[in-house]
Amino acid sequence: MELPTQTFQVTRADLIRYAGASGDFNPIHWSDRFATKVGLPGVIAHGMFTMALVGRAVTAWAGSPDAVVDFGVRFTRPVVVPDDDAGTEVVVSAVVREVTEEGLTRLDVTATCLGEKVLSQARATVRTRA
Amino acid sequence: MPLDQSFVGRAYPPTAPYQVGREKIREFASAIGATDPAYHDPEAARALGHPDVVAPPTFAIVLTMAANQQMVEDPELGIDYSRVVHGDQRFAYTRPVVAGDELVCVNAIEDVTSRGGHEFVTTRTEVHTTAGEPVVTAWMKLVVRGED
Repeated sequence: MELPTQTFQVTRADLIRYAGASGDFNPIHWSDRFATKVGLPGVIAHGMFTMALVGRAVTAWAGSPDAVVDFGVRFTRPVVVPDDDAGTEVVVSAVVREVTEEGLTRLDVTATCLGEKVLSQARATVRTRA
Repeated sequence: MPLDQSFVGRAYPPTAPYQVGREKIREFASAIGATDPAYHDPEAARALGHPDVVAPPTFAIVLTMAANQQMVEDPELGIDYSRVVHGDQRFAYTRPVVAGDELVCVNAIEDVTSRGGHEFVTTRTEVHTTAGEPVVTAWMKLVVRGED
């Protein structure tokens, strides 16, 4: 079963706010000067910010903010966030891989930016809504 | 300096307790745009059976990433952090993190591999309360990029 696609806008302001909230102040997430110096096309989103957006999608699909029991991703491609008002978009979709008799639902998740996958092996297990 | 298999299983002493604050959960939830009332309103969280506001599923990174400094800064392990990229991340929850938790992290090196000139270090962080109740286990794979 395919779940409804969810789209998240990501701007520079989001990255600054996430840096403060998470404590991850790596300059590749806020300084173009630093990001390009280390070979990136520009400022990129924290992988953990992208994962957090996927977490929002997963809890929305699960229908409960506390339903996630297992959640893992591999970061395969950076989410480049331009310095403008629109930023970029992360598009999250998923299919239900399994519904277990123990009351768990396993999801295979896909996250893309500009049509390219930014995560692989993205999987979440949530408690099945009663 | 190449990392080798002998580091697999290397364990670290428990970190100092991390006090999970209600406002920190609210701040984190707001930063990721998570508006569910259970992340912000203690009454909404209590209605779901929790003692206080619930943390979003990736909140644990706030403490596990900080705890991982133990390994990143381990001189014997010798990771060049300027070459480190976050490869994989996984959380396995016994229960959600909630405000009021006092959490201790216990780190270990779970795996070390080398491929294509890069090194891959998988860390495992067991997060439990100061009373010993398990809450979440986090795995983080660090990719140490080879010299250019």
